Amino acid sequence: MNPVTSWRQALFNGTGNTLITLTLFALLVWFAWSFLPWAVFNAVFTADLNACREARGVGACWGLIEEKWRLIIFGRYPFEEIWRPVVACIMMVAACLVMSQRQWWTPWILTGAAGVIALSVVLMIGGFAGLSKVPTERLGGLALTLLLAIVGNILSLPLAVALALGRTSDLPFIRTVCSAFIELVRGVPLITVLFMASFMFPLFLPSGMNPDVLLRVTGGLILFSAAYQAEVIRGGINSVPRGQVEAAQALGMGYWLIQTKIVLPQAFRVVVPPLVNSFIAIFKDTSLVTIVSMFELFGSLRLALADPQWRPFFVEGFIFVALIYWVFCSAMSRYSRGLERDFAVARR
Amino acid sequence: MPMIEFENVSKWYGSFQVLTDVSLSVAQGEKIVVCGPSGSGKSTLIRCVNALEPYQKGKITVDGVHLTEDLKTIHQVRAQVGMVFQSFNLFPHLTILDNLTLAPMHVRKMAKAEAEEKAMAQLQRVRIAEQAQKYPGQLSGGQQQRVAIARALCMEPQVLLFDEPTSALDPEMVKEVLDVMVSLAQQGTTMICVTHEMGFAREVADRVVFMDAGQIVEQNTPEAFFERPQHPRAIDFLSKILSH
Repeated sequence: MNPVTSWRQALFNGTGNTLITLTLFALLVWFAWSFLPWAVFNAVFTADLNACREARGVGACWGLIEEKWRLIIFGRYPFEEIWRPVVACIMMVAACLVMSQRQWWTPWILTGAAGVIALSVVLMIGGFAGLSKVPTERLGGLALTLLLAIVGNILSLPLAVALALGRTSDLPFIRTVCSAFIELVRGVPLITVLFMASFMFPLFLPSGMNPDVLLRVTGGLILFSAAYQAEVIRGGINSVPRGQVEAAQALGMGYWLIQTKIVLPQAFRVVVPPLVNSFIAIFKDTSLVTIVSMFELFGSLRLALADPQWRPFFVEGFIFVALIYWVFCSAMSRYSRGLERDFAVARR
Repeated sequence: MPMIEFENVSKWYGSFQVLTDVSLSVAQGEKIVVCGPSGSGKSTLIRCVNALEPYQKGKITVDGVHLTEDLKTIHQVRAQVGMVFQSFNLFPHLTILDNLTLAPMHVRKMAKAEAEEKAMAQLQRVRIAEQAQKYPGQLSGGQQQRVAIARALCMEPQVLLFDEPTSALDPEMVKEVLDVMVSLAQQGTTMICVTHEMGFAREVADRVVFMDAGQIVEQNTPEAFFERPQHPRAIDFLSKILSH
């Protein structure tokens, strides 16, 4: 079939489909017609406040980004030390890229990647080898978003697996404890968990012990995402046929061996799409830490917009930040589709 | 000393009794075929031998080990007893070779090279060595079941249990699996086989055990059982199964 016929086949086969195609096409044209002049043709691309004011209403002011990008991307991190979050971001993204390669999943490489992530955090905080110590409240912007998302999604996985195994266990006590934890955490909004972690948690600790705010917030995030991931993983565990466990038992394999070699590998293959869905949700949920005065990407934007002169151009700022979120989230979802394809081939 | 001994074993699912007062003694090297109508408890019976099912009354002894709820005893017995299932139950995420080496390496703590060598030998034995690098999903049902037999053999079991090994197969694949089972039987492995393959029973069984409603109602040599069944329910069962 030549390209023209196949296009015709795909878009104009039948009155109904032709109508839908034309409607969507018209919408697309209308959107381009009304958006492009504002976003591109009449837009101001320099940090020229007067030009921006003049263009208001007819053109976007991308100058806001030129003026404020440092604040948006790096938050309140000390300006003269900005290379540290830059390097940290590169390290974190690189570690994630390495961890995403299935053929490299050996204990050494995974430990190494985790080490790189830990190192990037240490680099931002400093206080050693001539690096000045930066208080954790001053971490911010994209660097903080990445840090929270990676730690919140990856350190939560072992806990999630443990909770999922616990909830599917034959031992009533363990099952009850795990179920209770999951239902408790899932039953409250993330904001509540962050509030508890940030303000109430220190009240339960002996006086004088006051863990860092970053530590408390990441802790809360880990507990929260672990509860969700645990339920996703439990679904995967339940999808493994009973016969698989019986075959492994009949070969003399014990509980842990069966779980690690037979059940979990099959469970994880099934839950790739919902698990990545939960990764993406947590990535965006990190924006809620602003309520405990941590200024991640979204919070930093709001800091930038606190400047009354640039405040009117908030839409441009939101679009910029949305674009950054979109790049990371769509990368995750592409990765998930790739994994699904690989596993489908192996299962065939 | 018998290899497997059931002494007055009873088992319930809730209030429903699946096994009633079953006593059976299997000598080393003996081949037993268990048959009976569906729901008669034959699968349950052999699943008790490797503790896939617990039992509530009586006593089961395997190779001198009294089977209790103690996990250590259970693992000890399972390592001696291989099992082949109706639905193969190969591990779909592992290659054929990895399916075979997993338990020897992790349960028997065998070195990888040795485990692979033994696995290849077992695959030769079931005539499927060229498929070692494939995944179970790429094989036919008959091939998968032969792999499952090889997987059980890799643990060098004293006893092999077969739970309707040919029931899920297309008719043209039944023979290749039965051929492997016959050759195993001729090599002196102790076998308990739940099957409706009466030809197989005639050829290799030392004894046929007929079960109905959770009880052993008749046991005899294949010739005697097929020619002169005694119990009315055995007569009825045979007339149904041999008529087609």
